[in-house]
Amino acid sequence: MKTVKNIGLLISLLGFIFFTGSVFTGTNKVTQETFNAWSTSQVKSEFFIEKAQREIVGQEMSAFDLSNKIIAIAKASNAHYMEMAEIPWDKIIWLKWNKSSKDFVYPLVRESATGWVVENQLLFFWLTFGLAIFGGVIAFGSEYKILGPAGIKNNGIFQHAATNRGWMGMFAFAYFVGFYVLLYFFPNYLVNPILAVNPVSLGLSGNPASQWFLYGFMYCSVMTVFAIRMFIKYRHNAYQLVRTAVVLFFQVAFAFLIPEILVAFNKPWFDFKNAWPLNYTFFFDWNINTLMNSGNLGLFMLIWGIVLTLIIVPVMVYFYGKRWYCSWVCGCGGLAETLGDPYRQLSDKSLFSWKVERWLIHGVLGFAIFMTALTLYTYFAEIETWRELAFGITAYDVQSSYGFFIGSIFSGVIGTGFYPILGNRVWCRFGCPLAAYMGLVQKFKSRFRITTNGGQCISCGNCSTYCEQGIDVRSYAQKGQNIVRSSCVGCGICSAVCPRGVLKLENGPTENRIDQNPTLLGNDVDLLELIKNNK
Amino acid sequence: MKHIVIIGNGVSGVTAARHIRKLSDHRVTIISAETKYFFSRTALMYVFMGHMKFENTQPYENWFWKKNRIDLVEGLVEFIDTEGCKVVLRNGTEILFDDLILATGSRPNKFGWPGQDLKGVQGMYSKQDLETLEENAKDCKRAVIVGGGLIGIEMAEMLHSRNIPVTFLVRETSFWNGVLPKEQSEMVNREILENHIDLRLSTNLQEIISDENGRAKAVLTDKGETIECSVVGLTAGVSPNIEFVKSSAIETNRGVLVNEFLETNIKNIYAIGDCAEQHQAIDQRRPIEAVWYTGRMMGETVARTICGNRKAYKPGHWFNSAKFIDIEYQTYGWVWAQPKENESRFYWEDATGKKSILLNYDTKTREFIGINTFGIRLRHERFDAWLNEKASVEKVLVHLKDANFDPEFFKSYEAAIIKKFNQENNTSLKVKAKSWKRIFLNA
Repeated sequence: MKTVKNIGLLISLLGFIFFTGSVFTGTNKVTQETFNAWSTSQVKSEFFIEKAQREIVGQEMSAFDLSNKIIAIAKASNAHYMEMAEIPWDKIIWLKWNKSSKDFVYPLVRESATGWVVENQLLFFWLTFGLAIFGGVIAFGSEYKILGPAGIKNNGIFQHAATNRGWMGMFAFAYFVGFYVLLYFFPNYLVNPILAVNPVSLGLSGNPASQWFLYGFMYCSVMTVFAIRMFIKYRHNAYQLVRTAVVLFFQVAFAFLIPEILVAFNKPWFDFKNAWPLNYTFFFDWNINTLMNSGNLGLFMLIWGIVLTLIIVPVMVYFYGKRWYCSWVCGCGGLAETLGDPYRQLSDKSLFSWKVERWLIHGVLGFAIFMTALTLYTYFAEIETWRELAFGITAYDVQSSYGFFIGSIFSGVIGTGFYPILGNRVWCRFGCPLAAYMGLVQKFKSRFRITTNGGQCISCGNCSTYCEQGIDVRSYAQKGQNIVRSSCVGCGICSAVCPRGVLKLENGPTENRIDQNPTLLGNDVDLLELIKNNK
Repeated sequence: MKHIVIIGNGVSGVTAARHIRKLSDHRVTIISAETKYFFSRTALMYVFMGHMKFENTQPYENWFWKKNRIDLVEGLVEFIDTEGCKVVLRNGTEILFDDLILATGSRPNKFGWPGQDLKGVQGMYSKQDLETLEENAKDCKRAVIVGGGLIGIEMAEMLHSRNIPVTFLVRETSFWNGVLPKEQSEMVNREILENHIDLRLSTNLQEIISDENGRAKAVLTDKGETIECSVVGLTAGVSPNIEFVKSSAIETNRGVLVNEFLETNIKNIYAIGDCAEQHQAIDQRRPIEAVWYTGRMMGETVARTICGNRKAYKPGHWFNSAKFIDIEYQTYGWVWAQPKENESRFYWEDATGKKSILLNYDTKTREFIGINTFGIRLRHERFDAWLNEKASVEKVLVHLKDANFDPEFFKSYEAAIIKKFNQENNTSLKVKAKSWKRIFLNA
């Protein structure tokens, strides 16, 4: 069975090698037609068009060279116009490292790609996604036998290079971070990987695949393969089985299929489960306008989004804790609970990291509220987002810095890229403003708690070790206290790994939610003394 | 302000120290030769198995001790001068005390087997034992575990987790059947065998055979069989670790003798945890209780006494738990290997053979006495309440859903359990739905 697993891993690795290697293959050839279509929508600089006409059109070069050339010509063009006595501002090409590649360069690179991949997209799909998924299923499937009888089998986790910040973990870290940086800021280098899913996108919505379609498809594939791993690893634990199946369903149906189908019917791309403030663009003027212009369905989406945040989210948190969202519905949580599960033990449990966590996550919540308030103010006051509000700052500046620092860097590059270093819930624990909002409800007004089973705790620390949110579960359990923490996402793993049956996630009356029963912990306490102390 | 010296930084000593700090401003010093910082002994197995790092077994961060003004001294106590109120460490350091707490724990039993001190032969109790096992387990073709108790099965599981073949010699006719009822003991036998651990019941160790380098190379059993191996785990129980106490004026038997206030014969010297032996066993407990929970309770009790509120050690209703490879075990109240004269029992096992409960009750009064549960988690608080109110076995069965502590969505077994009970006892009990009110508000 070990051999079967290794063969599976090898097949999967091959898929990844084709996928990653394709970035370095193929060339780009910009035809006159492609160039014209692109340049008319993107540039007004005659200098640029003339120079590009000479140096780019009709030439064959790598995506890397093409991208560099476009930027170099744009810079030369800007320099040319900046020297003029009266600068023609409309001809200046606006360049920014984190925007230009995806907004300006990518469309041309995407359209001008040539090579084997472009001509064999479907075959390439099977060679990348096909092999990676197939191999992954074989590798994880074989664990059904390898792990032995059903039960908690965390053997060797801290002795393995992949799960204990060894060289494999570091490699995964570099790969994840590299992928996110390319995806968010330099999709012009990901054209071949994007083409791998082009047939899928065409089949689903009729539109060519964008980098976001690639991401969505990868996301669902990775979650599915790692969900199979979860189903096998926790096959004795019904809570884990149901939870994993549900979170996978919500990702595939609500974050991927339904939005694509909506697009196919010319409706706005909309993820019905993505609540503000996690969905930070919900109140942006362009989103509100798109929804308002999309008839009854658009209006419903707008109202649904508001009701979701203001009513459904807090009410559900009251009854079930924030777990209903974070580990049953949410896409970020879904990835953390599947792909991230092998890394959960790496989250830091120190008091220091708890302090950092509280500052960061509530800071992000504050930032999100501030940004949205500003956005709505400019929207209703009918101030254009590019107009200066104060200190030389526009609403757009605030929105785009939130998008860059929080939306891309924190939630993507750090949030997922750092799984192999900081554990799997980096974003959910330190950054997610929706988690912060629900955490406040969970802490102060909820029926959810993790009940500690009297005096049965032996302080072994499995619960704390495997808490992805870095909660020192043991510190409560060994005191016989229930665990009521704003950050708990209710994944249920602490309860699963407990060797003595000490922890149970449950929803009960809010009275006495955090009280402990001292008689069970230690001594038959003098009841009169207890009453005196008002306990 | 007194100076309180605690020998031993296990759960008993550390609990005492923490509670003394909570209740008073006394100076507190903990002496340990094992490790500087407190760790959970019960978790050592998970370090070997790779579930945890050693740091993860430490319930308190390293800054905790300084912040709470608990001084940690690393050293081995050689002698206790009860007259001069001081302890003398091996390195010659003398530490004066006003109150002394002995919390020195246990050490593995050795029964004079030939070869018991060879290389590759070890117990599994301390941090040092873990390090030794880490060395011994390298290139190990087979390990033999001697002694079928909780540490024995844990050590078998540890080695098995690294794919080392294990032979498990158990003196009894079935695993731990001095404590577990027959059916549940047999369930553990099956669990051991299912994990491909070579279980040898009714088998004793005769001799450990040495190779030319003074290293164990095989064991000889009393059945005349020689089993080749390079690691021998001796897990035939533990005894109080009190060798150095015996030269002092403190009265000892197997352990340090204490009264119900955990006081020794010397004023201001106390003993708690595994090393303490009660003159008079409490309730139906053993005079020496080598259990995590009782160590913790004694630590809390002695802290109260030392801080001026003299308290007897009253551990309440018995409870305990363990995990036999993948089968969790909990017990509340008393369940003996064999029923006592006045007792009847009801046993239920599910079709998979991995879950069972055994209820012990008084035949005449129907009073519920205790429960053993395998593979089903039960709520401590509920059973404690039922034991307090001397509930009948019928009441317990009818309300069993209130006591279920399995995670949500788990299959429930109450109906099947009650059905079997009804069949055997000609009753017609019905399961009551779970009530949050009864569970949480004690209504």
